[in-house]
Amino acid sequence: MSSLPRIARALRRTLLQAIPTVIGIVILNFFLLQLAPGDAADVMAGEAGSATEETMAAMRERFGLNLPMLDQLLTYLNNLAHFSLGFSPRYSMPVADLIGQRLPGTLTLMAMALAIAILIGLTLGSIMAAFAGRLPDRLISIFSLLFYSVPGFWIGLMLIVLFSVTLGWLPSGGNGTIGADLSGWAGIVDKARYMVLPATSLALFYVAIYARLTRAAMLEVRNQDFVRTAYAKGLSPAVVTVRHILRNALIPITTMAGMHVGGMLGGAVVVETVYSWPGLGRLAFEAVMGRDYTVLLGILLLSSLLVILANAVVDIVQTWLDPRIGEL
Amino acid sequence: MSTTDLNAPSIALAGARQGASRPEATQQPEWHNLRAPDARTTMTAAVTVPPGRRELRIFFSNPNALFGVTFLSTIVLIAIFAPLISPGDPLGMVATPFLWPGQDWAYPLGTDAMGRDVLSGIVHGSRISLFVGLAATALGLSVGVVVGAVAGYFGGWVDDVLVRIIEIFQTLPNFVLLVVLVAIAQPSALTVTVAISIVSWPMVARLTRAEFRAIRATDYVMAARSLGFSRARIIFSEILPNALPPLIVTASVMFASAILMESALSFMGLGDPNVVSWGSMIGTGRELIRTAWYLTLLPGLAIVFTVLALNLIGDGLNDALNPRFSEERS
Repeated sequence: MSSLPRIARALRRTLLQAIPTVIGIVILNFFLLQLAPGDAADVMAGEAGSATEETMAAMRERFGLNLPMLDQLLTYLNNLAHFSLGFSPRYSMPVADLIGQRLPGTLTLMAMALAIAILIGLTLGSIMAAFAGRLPDRLISIFSLLFYSVPGFWIGLMLIVLFSVTLGWLPSGGNGTIGADLSGWAGIVDKARYMVLPATSLALFYVAIYARLTRAAMLEVRNQDFVRTAYAKGLSPAVVTVRHILRNALIPITTMAGMHVGGMLGGAVVVETVYSWPGLGRLAFEAVMGRDYTVLLGILLLSSLLVILANAVVDIVQTWLDPRIGEL
Repeated sequence: MSTTDLNAPSIALAGARQGASRPEATQQPEWHNLRAPDARTTMTAAVTVPPGRRELRIFFSNPNALFGVTFLSTIVLIAIFAPLISPGDPLGMVATPFLWPGQDWAYPLGTDAMGRDVLSGIVHGSRISLFVGLAATALGLSVGVVVGAVAGYFGGWVDDVLVRIIEIFQTLPNFVLLVVLVAIAQPSALTVTVAISIVSWPMVARLTRAEFRAIRATDYVMAARSLGFSRARIIFSEILPNALPPLIVTASVMFASAILMESALSFMGLGDPNVVSWGSMIGTGRELIRTAWYLTLLPGLAIVFTVLALNLIGDGLNDALNPRFSEERS
């Protein structure tokens, strides 16, 4: 296939561009860490309820908090080079391990939410484009604007009221039935039941964006010559819509989806606190409450890397969707 | 999307100028073709393009936008006159706790777990939401426009450096960065405002930069440069007015998202602790979601409708300022 070298080129270009960004983020991260009031020793002393000057000094010595700033930056960079994000005094475990435990939860939640958002968004957008200017278009457009205006945490709580408290259909929080040792199909169903509400709350905002984007892109594409040609060849409207119009309309949507990974991570922070979903967001919230800045900045750094990764994936998907991209 | 959209109004404006300069030329009798009209004199005569009359008419004939404007003005009035509408401290305990809405008409929206009036909370909460939203938008917009204008107009290494910085801020997940900033700077109305503007300026800067790059290449900017206009004059009176339409639309969207961010922060307990806000009301109400869900529902509706009003206004502005889009719509 001739698309492989193109994809490889796109990947290399994206990765090269990412390097200065990563360096900038790492340095910004470090200075934010320096700006944080009080250090881990203060927090631990506060929690212990009592600490002498000597124990504080000993703790600072142990965590390297008493070194000059440049040395601390070098230590920080050196640690990063060894994939170590530092040590969380509060959880007394390495930050990287802590994040590693929580990352899969957030990723599944985000993937599910993104899938829901794109699926419903594409469907609604296609309906809107098909009925452009008529009643279904107007109704869906008002609804999508409403979705766009609803705060994720509030709709999360309202869904709990409706589906867990009133109807009792779905669980209100957590990520699996505690103590129920389910496996196979039953286990998947159980997990899915816990995921429906958080993923929906997270997805709703993006459903609105994708619906409008799909509508605009499809309206733009369907007046183009190649679509007329496809009709003239005698292809059925369904085939034209899916293979010719939708495929081209997907390009702006994948661009946006890549840009939304960062936003979704942010949304996950709030939604996870609502549903006590054990993910990065919940960890970030706990870190804020515990003033555990090492963990907080580890999350910030890691989620930035996740965004860069997502952008690379989007580049590849686009190169695959549109043969013109990546040609030199 | 932005660059192509942007070309439309700027071309239209350039066309309007040419149209306006033509009668000037024809007024001079027969041999007007002997000498080209002096660019300086025709320019001063041609600048009187009626600003935005048509756009305003389109905007106000849109029922959705009208609803948005009406609702938002109501909220603004409520925020301004909050102390008159519901006097007293919204954080003060005034009645028996857990009065449901409609149970006691002295407190039409009920009371919370500590016997605080929910209506009073919503009325006073509008102040912080609007204040933070407006201030953060103004701040973010100014920083973004200046950075974007400098990057787009000057190009070269200045552009390269600024684009890198913008990229760094756009890579950091907005809300995570917001939480980190507010947590580090300690929550207060001021830090929340500044933090929201820190996470929202890069979007404006990017848009402004794209606009400036497109407009810088147009003929009328070239003309202004050849007439020896100063850089500041070209940037502020030639390019910026033509870059405004998408920026105005962006401002309304930024306002809406600033309100959402503020409410999410105060929901998580990272808002100003001394002020009642819609987000913090939801945050305290959520503990009682099983028994007293109205405590969560009501402030949330206030957020939803305020943000919806802003989004409707943004849509209306977009239709009015980008004619190409509105044709598709109707």
